[in-house]
Amino acid sequence: MYVIEAEKLTKRFGNFTAVDQISFEVSEGEIFGFLGANGAGKTTAMRILCGLSKPTSGKVRVAGFDIYKQTEQVKQHIGYMSQKFSLYGDLKVWENIRLFGGIYGLSEVQLKEKTDRILGLLDMEDKRDALVDSLPLGWKQKLAFSVAIVHEPRIVFLDEPTGGVDPVTRRQFWELIYQAARRGITIFVTTHYMDEAEYCDRVSIMVDGRIEALDTPLELKRKFCVENMNDVFYSLARKAQRGE
Amino acid sequence: MKQFLSFLQKEFYHIFRDLRTTLIMIVIPIVLVVLFGYAITTEIKNARFVVLDQSRDVTTRHLIDRLDANAYFDFYKQVENFDEIETLFRQNKIKMAVVFPPDFSKNREIKTEIQLLADASDPNESTVLIEYATSIFQSELRRNSDFTSVGIVPVVRLLYNPQMKDAYNFVPGVMGMILILICSLMTSVGIVREKEYGSMEVLLVSPLKSVYIILAKATPYLLISFVNILLILGLSYFLLDVPIVGSLWVVIFLSLVYALVALSLGLLISTIANTQQSAMLICGMALMLPVILLSGMIFPIENMPWILQVLSNLIPARWYIVALRDVMIKGLGIIDILPELTILLLMTFFLILLSVKRFKTRLE
Repeated sequence: MYVIEAEKLTKRFGNFTAVDQISFEVSEGEIFGFLGANGAGKTTAMRILCGLSKPTSGKVRVAGFDIYKQTEQVKQHIGYMSQKFSLYGDLKVWENIRLFGGIYGLSEVQLKEKTDRILGLLDMEDKRDALVDSLPLGWKQKLAFSVAIVHEPRIVFLDEPTGGVDPVTRRQFWELIYQAARRGITIFVTTHYMDEAEYCDRVSIMVDGRIEALDTPLELKRKFCVENMNDVFYSLARKAQRGE
Repeated sequence: MKQFLSFLQKEFYHIFRDLRTTLIMIVIPIVLVVLFGYAITTEIKNARFVVLDQSRDVTTRHLIDRLDANAYFDFYKQVENFDEIETLFRQNKIKMAVVFPPDFSKNREIKTEIQLLADASDPNESTVLIEYATSIFQSELRRNSDFTSVGIVPVVRLLYNPQMKDAYNFVPGVMGMILILICSLMTSVGIVREKEYGSMEVLLVSPLKSVYIILAKATPYLLISFVNILLILGLSYFLLDVPIVGSLWVVIFLSLVYALVALSLGLLISTIANTQQSAMLICGMALMLPVILLSGMIFPIENMPWILQVLSNLIPARWYIVALRDVMIKGLGIIDILPELTILLLMTFFLILLSVKRFKTRLE
């Protein structure tokens, strides 16, 4: 059963084709790495999947709903965490959890239970009343991820979630991702760290608006006869015609 | 509804956690009212004048006393010649000089002249002084039965604001300014901040309706404006003795309608600006300046070139200030300000229509 189905998805801005007829499927509970150099079109593609942007052409279904017509249903079933914004810094930890839980329509009982569970899972019970601004970046990102899946979505989109985070915290962050995937939440993640690409079930690599490779990390390395994902990425990305 | 309440609660957290900004929003109106009330004033008090009395008779004596008795003027001294007047003007010792010709009382049937000299390097002040002195002399000469034969003398009576108090003019003006400042500026900055931080994307991905986002952003500032309306009215009533002749409810209702216009302006600006700075700049240049210059708050609209008069019709504050003066100072009812209310409501309608349209398309 696929939770994301894209068929010949295209997005043009004037004469510029940001996303050029990409097709792929993502299965339930899968960790799907969405890679590409800056300007390859991965952010645009992800914005379309989240309903932030309308595609020019192509068929897209997210969580079983049509992205053109059933935007509201799509929104109910997805979570989103952007790199730029993690949480409201002038709100306390529990207030952030409540806010996003409330936005997704969780009941009072669910909110209470969720807040306790998230704080317990992140080992942050003593930080309940701390302002998010006072937390280190890594903690903020982990909290932001937990908040992004507070409503148990079917898919969560992560846009470079670990940018600027130290390796230890990144490791812990990926622990959280695995836990969520085990619960059946599909993870759609973009990243620039190739060690993280190794953690994914499958990886797609975008070059100049097209998907040039899509397979498990193991298969990709074999196909390109290289040792690691870094070399896979490099051999593909250097073919790119367009820059930033 | 629950979504909306969660989001509204967050907006209040933002505002109360940022105490400095909130305090500024409450303090600015107070400062402005006090400033306009006491410091920035075109009213003239105790302007010193000298007299060059070449006639020195009973009538001139009497006229000088009348002038001196007035709160506007203070008698400085008698001078002997024009050179002395000039020196005193240059030393900034006096604001006005009165010159009576020789044989003032004897010649009056033929032709008498009183010369008034004022320092026109401050044109506003000198005009007011001359006009005021003239009217004092005229009424005094009229009262004196000997002078009744002299032509037709206009009788001027100032309605509604007989003492020509500035406060009557600027209190509505300050209200017009403050509400724009708080509603438009704070709302647009509040929304643009979410864009700038990237949180707007997260909100747009969520099922939260954009109407809720807008409403939740506007509600706290509407409340703060309400506090400000009461604060300014209270200050001007108790401190500056500005009357509220008409109904207080009409004044408040009118102000809330105006606040709505300001909010929708802020909304529109938030769809144009991408950073908080540009939102502030647009509010400052495109809202504050026109409100101050074109609303009739400081410069009378009737005196503007026609193109500016046409432009001033687009300024919400213009309609608000006119209507507010009508109700507060003249005591008119809600029926009399219906045209202004209609215009303000139409403006709100169009602004919201435009912003909602822009709010949707800007996602692309």
